[in-house]
Amino acid sequence: MIFKLANPLKFQKFTEKFQPVTIHLALFLLVIGLFFSFFNSPPDYLQGETVRIMYIHVPCAWFSLMIYSIIVICSISSLVLRHTLADLISRSCAPIGACFTIATLVTGSIWGKPTWGTWWVWDARLTSVLILFIIYLGLIIINNSYDDKSKADKYASILAVVGAVNLPIIKWSVNWWSTLHQPASISKLSSPSIDPSMLVPLFIMTFSFFFFFISILLIRLKGEIIQRKIDVIKYNRVEK
Amino acid sequence: MKKKNKRLITIIVSFLLFSMGCFIIFINLRDNLIFFYSPSEIFEKEISSEKTIRVGGMVKEKSLNRKIKEINGINMEEISFVITDFEKEIIISYIGILPDLFREGQGVVVEGFIVNKGLFNANTVLAKHDENYMPPEIKDLESIKEKANDI
Repeated sequence: MIFKLANPLKFQKFTEKFQPVTIHLALFLLVIGLFFSFFNSPPDYLQGETVRIMYIHVPCAWFSLMIYSIIVICSISSLVLRHTLADLISRSCAPIGACFTIATLVTGSIWGKPTWGTWWVWDARLTSVLILFIIYLGLIIINNSYDDKSKADKYASILAVVGAVNLPIIKWSVNWWSTLHQPASISKLSSPSIDPSMLVPLFIMTFSFFFFFISILLIRLKGEIIQRKIDVIKYNRVEK
Repeated sequence: MKKKNKRLITIIVSFLLFSMGCFIIFINLRDNLIFFYSPSEIFEKEISSEKTIRVGGMVKEKSLNRKIKEINGINMEEISFVITDFEKEIIISYIGILPDLFREGQGVVVEGFIVNKGLFNANTVLAKHDENYMPPEIKDLESIKEKANDI
């Protein structure tokens, strides 16, 4: 099944069927999730209503890391197996990941002002996420700055693999160094330090963002596949 | 050896070397990467009183003091409190507005200068939030339980 989908053409057919389903699921879950996060969940004992920013901030932060991991896996398989679809996926993922990262930084900043008393501090967690954002920008720039796409993919893949060092740093920065940012609340699923009534909106929002990501990814992939076809046609014309 | 495997090994080896390099850099930069010192570290280390540093810990219960003081003809509120890491304590004096989340028994990070060991002059006070999220009713229940246990 998966090997079948690795063929870009079959993948495109699969995409056309699957994409509308994901976008509808994402919107449906978003409506429920927003209802829960604004009206059907309690305020925090300390932060009050500010806690509701978490329902957007935390899923965004998770996806900024997850999308980067996807890019790393695709980059390695692109460098090793030289598979086109892996290139197309990492190419499509980079701008989405950059958006999730900037959303994380902005919502975190808005939360930081009333909670900590500052918009921004240079602690290990905040700085490493900013570096992640800059790496995403680097990937987007490399992807678009070569006429020869295979060259662009190669250099972007190398940057992605090098930047993978940043992932564990982001994840464990709050444990390794004393940071202003609090440690993870959901490190073990068995005993999260978030009250269950607040976990419900958090997980609904996470699923909504997941389907949103998949749906945008599929749209972008379709575009990339078409772009490659156009490139091939152009190339053949020039050759003749 | 297949070309594919060769490429895979090249990537793995160069990645491992690179992350080892990063690891060594981070180990050596440890002191510069931490955002704040704990009170014990202030007592252990020689830190010049001219350098701006940050100290973090718990605000000791019932240690918050406010008094009105006249500075340059303006009445200002001078705030003092004690930061503890349950080993060493340090007195913080601060003139300004405390963040909303500043509470006794909660985490806090202050930025400023050391006056002497045990006294710190803060320019900025940041509240540190912990990883616990719960509705107010549950917090009330917990404090009732704690009180019951104390008795």
